[in-house]
Amino acid sequence: MSLPDEPARLELYHVTVAYGGQLALQDVTLQVPHGAQVAVVGPNGAGKSTLFKVLVGLLPVQAGQIFIHGRPLGAHHDCVAYVPQREEVDWRFPVTVADVVMMGRYGRLGWLKRPKAYDRAIVMRSLEQLGIAELADRPIGELSGGQQRRTFLARALAQEPHILLMDEPFTGVDAATQETTMRLLEQLRDKCVTVLLSTHDLNLAATHFEQVILLNKRLIRYGSAEQVLTPETITETFGGQVFWLEIHGGGQRMATASHCCPPEPIDSTKRR
Amino acid sequence: MIIDWLITPLSYGFMQRGLIASMLVGILCAVVGCYIVLRSMAFLGDALAHGILPGVAVAYLLQINLTLGALAAGVAVALGIAFLSRQGTIKEDTAIGILFAASLSLGVLLISTIRTYAVDLTHILFGNVLGVSPADLWLMGGLVCVVLTTIILLYKEFLVISFDPVHAAALRLPANLLRHLMLVLLALTVVVSLQTVGVGLVAAMLVTPGATAYLLTRRLSEMMILAAALGAFSGIVGLYLSFYFNVASGAAVVLTATALFLLTFLLAPRKGLLWQRRRPHS
Ligand SMILES: Nc1ncnc2c1ncn2[C@@H]1O[C@H](COP(=O)(O)OP(=O)(O)OP(=O)(O)O)[C@@H](O)[C@H]1O
Ligand SMILES: [Mg+2]
Repeated sequence: MSLPDEPARLELYHVTVAYGGQLALQDVTLQVPHGAQVAVVGPNGAGKSTLFKVLVGLLPVQAGQIFIHGRPLGAHHDCVAYVPQREEVDWRFPVTVADVVMMGRYGRLGWLKRPKAYDRAIVMRSLEQLGIAELADRPIGELSGGQQRRTFLARALAQEPHILLMDEPFTGVDAATQETTMRLLEQLRDKCVTVLLSTHDLNLAATHFEQVILLNKRLIRYGSAEQVLTPETITETFGGQVFWLEIHGGGQRMATASHCCPPEPIDSTKRR
Repeated sequence: MIIDWLITPLSYGFMQRGLIASMLVGILCAVVGCYIVLRSMAFLGDALAHGILPGVAVAYLLQINLTLGALAAGVAVALGIAFLSRQGTIKEDTAIGILFAASLSLGVLLISTIRTYAVDLTHILFGNVLGVSPADLWLMGGLVCVVLTTIILLYKEFLVISFDPVHAAALRLPANLLRHLMLVLLALTVVVSLQTVGVGLVAAMLVTPGATAYLLTRRLSEMMILAAALGAFSGIVGLYLSFYFNVASGAAVVLTATALFLLTFLLAPRKGLLWQRRRPHS
């Protein structure tokens, strides 16, 4: 559980990130306390994936600073685990599910060391937690999409991270995998693992996460679901849509409606 | 009878050395080749082999050890490819193509200035495993040890950067350093192999046993061990064939490996052609 007086363990100060000349994140400053579970929401192209990539070291920051446990990003070797939106692995590579999950241990093992019985036990436990223990010896390429996702979640778990970044884990998975992921989040909460999870499901963000980051290139707002997901901020960020939200803890429902769609141009050739 | 058939060649010193050399090369190429097969870099092996030509030619003209010349050129080409394709400004494929063509031309140009018939040089081009001297064998053995030890020690790291570069970055592995190291290991492998199979056939030795093993295994470590066994087997069988039928040794080794591949391609469980044909009915 995150205590109010716990020091911030993930800190971003004026972080700006650009692809080529184009800004994807602009002047983002926020501090996430140790063990918090934070939903990252924002429209397509808001920079959610970009934020995660920066935190894991895949993209350089153009300006600003990032600290984890008070030390600059990069001083730690494997305390950040990352489950990308789209895995870019070679699916025909000869590795089994257990091999992939074992890769989560590589950071802890360090150079030249081989996995021990202890590591294998952790791999087995992670597989069981995600309900794919019986797939352990199957080649990774011969699994279904949802099973593959569970494999990579299991790997993140085996990494025993302090900070877990999950990029849209609920997109394109069935109810069972979604359920497993939610259970996983509860276990991680008990272990005081900080979780940042991006999602397009505002309802889920409001009901299951104590904190929400609303992002649209800039940080629109960061705080409790109640503070962040107000009709004004949602309208401002997402434009004309209607949402029904059930706020975390509170249970009251909130309707946010906004002006209807922007007026269509009469020119019908522009329609698709 | 069969024992005689197997033992007779061993009474010749050059055959003993040749067998050891071709077995070493078979193992080394097969193990390193697994990464070539998995990362679809068959082109790279061939490019490195040809990229070595100018180094060999220069060494010949300067009358220094040809293997040393090959070594220097191989490492230079490997690092050149790494340099051109770093940060993805040019795709690796393109960088390889450019350097490959340039070194090959330079090699041909230099060799064309050598007027006299150069026996040593044809050995580099086509391989001459039966001409391996004890000193050559020691050098080979040393290089094989270095390359294989590196691959075993860095197994985890090479596995991650090949399979999942994003996770490698999350683990903060020095991806570029590892990638360059792999290229250098490949260059060393190619140089070691030149004497056995020659420039033209190195690529085949790199790719064929690995491809065969890929069809039969489901884990990288198993694939490497099986490929090494297949490579060693092809090396030995090919050399016996060349001894008894008096054919070029490099070609005999490569064709043995190819025969094993074709057999596997047809008959392998799960991935083989016949198996896949049969499966719907069973
Ligand atoms: N590799 C890239 N090169 C150039 N621009 C990029 C690249 N990746 C993302 N962008 C741009 O950066 C911006 C932020 O992208 P990002 O992937 O972070 O958005 P996102 O919030 O994850 O969106 P989504 O909800 O669609 O996943 C977008 O405008 C996108 O076009
Ligand atoms: Mg995204």
